[in-house]
Amino acid sequence: MLPKWFNDWNRANPTNVFGPAIAIGIVGSAVFVAALVVTWGNPVQTESMQTGPRGTGMSVPEYNVSRLAPDPDIENYYTEEPYIPEGGEELAGDIYENVQVLGDLTDDNFNRVMLAITQWVSPEEGCAYCHGDVDISEYGSDDLYTKVISRRMIQMTQNLNENWSGHVNAIEEVGVNCYTCHRGQNVPSDIWFNVTPVNENVGGWAAQQNRATSMSSSTSLPSSALEVYLTDYDSQVNVHDLESRVAGVPGLDDEVHTIQKTEMTYSLMNYFSNSLGVNCVFCHNSRAFYDPAQYTPQWGIAQLGRQMVIEMNQEYLIPLKDTYPPERLGPIFADAPKAACRTCHKGYQRPLQGMNVIADWPELATTEAPVYE
Amino acid sequence: MAVEYQNIFTQVQVQGNPEWGMDDSGDMTRERVGKPWFSTLAGWLGNAQIGPIYLGWTGMVSLATGLIWFVMVGISMLSQVGYSIPEFIRQLFWLALEPPSPEYGLSMPPLDEGGWYIIASFFLLVSVMTWLLRSYLLAAEHKMGKHVFWAFASAVWLFLVLGLFRPVLMGSWSEAVPYGIFPHLDWTTAFSIRYGNLYYNPFHCLSIVFLYGSVLLFCMHGGTILAVTRYGGDRELEQIYDRGTATERAALFWRWTMGFNATMEGIHRWAWWFAVLTPITGGIGILLTGTVVDNWFIWAQEHNFAPMYDGAYGYEDYGSYEAFIGQED
Repeated sequence: MLPKWFNDWNRANPTNVFGPAIAIGIVGSAVFVAALVVTWGNPVQTESMQTGPRGTGMSVPEYNVSRLAPDPDIENYYTEEPYIPEGGEELAGDIYENVQVLGDLTDDNFNRVMLAITQWVSPEEGCAYCHGDVDISEYGSDDLYTKVISRRMIQMTQNLNENWSGHVNAIEEVGVNCYTCHRGQNVPSDIWFNVTPVNENVGGWAAQQNRATSMSSSTSLPSSALEVYLTDYDSQVNVHDLESRVAGVPGLDDEVHTIQKTEMTYSLMNYFSNSLGVNCVFCHNSRAFYDPAQYTPQWGIAQLGRQMVIEMNQEYLIPLKDTYPPERLGPIFADAPKAACRTCHKGYQRPLQGMNVIADWPELATTEAPVYE
Repeated sequence: MAVEYQNIFTQVQVQGNPEWGMDDSGDMTRERVGKPWFSTLAGWLGNAQIGPIYLGWTGMVSLATGLIWFVMVGISMLSQVGYSIPEFIRQLFWLALEPPSPEYGLSMPPLDEGGWYIIASFFLLVSVMTWLLRSYLLAAEHKMGKHVFWAFASAVWLFLVLGLFRPVLMGSWSEAVPYGIFPHLDWTTAFSIRYGNLYYNPFHCLSIVFLYGSVLLFCMHGGTILAVTRYGGDRELEQIYDRGTATERAALFWRWTMGFNATMEGIHRWAWWFAVLTPITGGIGILLTGTVVDNWFIWAQEHNFAPMYDGAYGYEDYGSYEAFIGQED
């Protein structure tokens, strides 16, 4: 194929071209990539937020691409300022039938809240999602499960804003409303169901862990962490001894915690971190996880959040089990859908990046008659 | 033109009539099995000749019991996914044969709650101990020192601490390490967290020093010998008793670099002791954890080597969340 003179010359001058070619290729590629990064910018730039004393490595890093982008759900948020009552208006409880919550609202505000709930929870189905495809005079009926659930969810929202202000308004007024979890969906994302035991033909701890599940965030840690730590008032997350020596046999003495329980706590903490998009040192100094003197203030907020979630699950969500149709129940144990950190936070340190969702909705901020200002 | 052998580690690969080794007592071949053959792939890494292998009774017992342990762990994992092969492959790194649940202490638990683990562990124990014995017997047969045996014994010490000595002292088999890829890593992390941060355990510190020290020494020695190979430095034994220019140059290099040099013989003692002390000190540290000290951070505070830091905790003290996400008004 090549001319004879070239083949002759080539044979007479044998040279290893592979070594130099590979070297030039590697160096050339490196220079090319370096030039790209310098001129176009590092595509995976991060920024860190300091959370502890200098020199302790306490910082929460995040990619700039996600850090600087607003949560897309913020744009779709619907809100409307209340109509300040002038006094003397007829109240919703008197106008409509079977108004068990929000009865203290004026007609204008009642319809304003109803419209908003439609926008937040069932923007496509509209009023019919809860009230059915019936005449407006039939709206008092409790025939549909969705309406019964909604009523309880309104009570839950009021309870969260009123009694758990230490969590939902921890740093400034943020609050929660239906949109915090629902985001325009009938069923909120990131709810959870019981899955354990996850392994067959074994008992004890072996059945709770060593399986990549959504409940273990795809780790081999126990899948039961939320079931235990987020539904049981008496559950204790801590595993550490607070003296350098504490005698006892793990598993046989109650106060001596096991490695298995430690893994379950780790599983819960991993869930916390993933739910908020943070790492351990957002709340702890990781050299002494248990030491209160080395917690950040966020630790207290998270601690309160755990108690809040236990109450939500125990008082509101789990008792609704018999109200749901089968397709809304858990796929394995037909248990009620439950909430946890990620149901609201959705991967952000503060849900909807700290947008105040309660200022316009005093009706959802209290179990009493709303106070308009 | 000179022929140049291009390969990964070994510069020259020799393949010819298999080398059978010495047999001065006349009966050393009696338990050697396998027809020797050559592997070019193996030759890149070391000697191209594969086999024959000396099995002996220790080798037979060790391989058999080790295989039983391996199969028991595998079957247990397979049963946990309902004997589904695709699921077994998918979950392979997540699955484990777990030690008994904590409530059973040191008693024999039901088979599905750790009983299989105890039985499998027994076979693993026999396998490892006979392999250890094999390293002693083979060294004795070759009239060698027992250095490899003692080095392996130091690793076996750590193995025994993790799976036997510490669980017995703690009073519970549940303290043993699970047989699984990710699960044993979970155990390691949880062990450190449970006992208040293992980095404050001084024996853990020592073990890290010797581990990283071993790596450093290995690299320094390998680099030095390769660098003086051109003067015959790779003939280390000759250089030990008849020091030549290779040794002189290597020694001068280090003495001029850092004021001190090991000797051609002594460097191997350095390396051996660093390697051996890694699991010895690590094993001591594990053995003390939960038996003598239950919170290493508090222990470190009591012994004045965990400093306190001045300064606030929490991001409010360093800026606002809004500033961090670039949405500050």
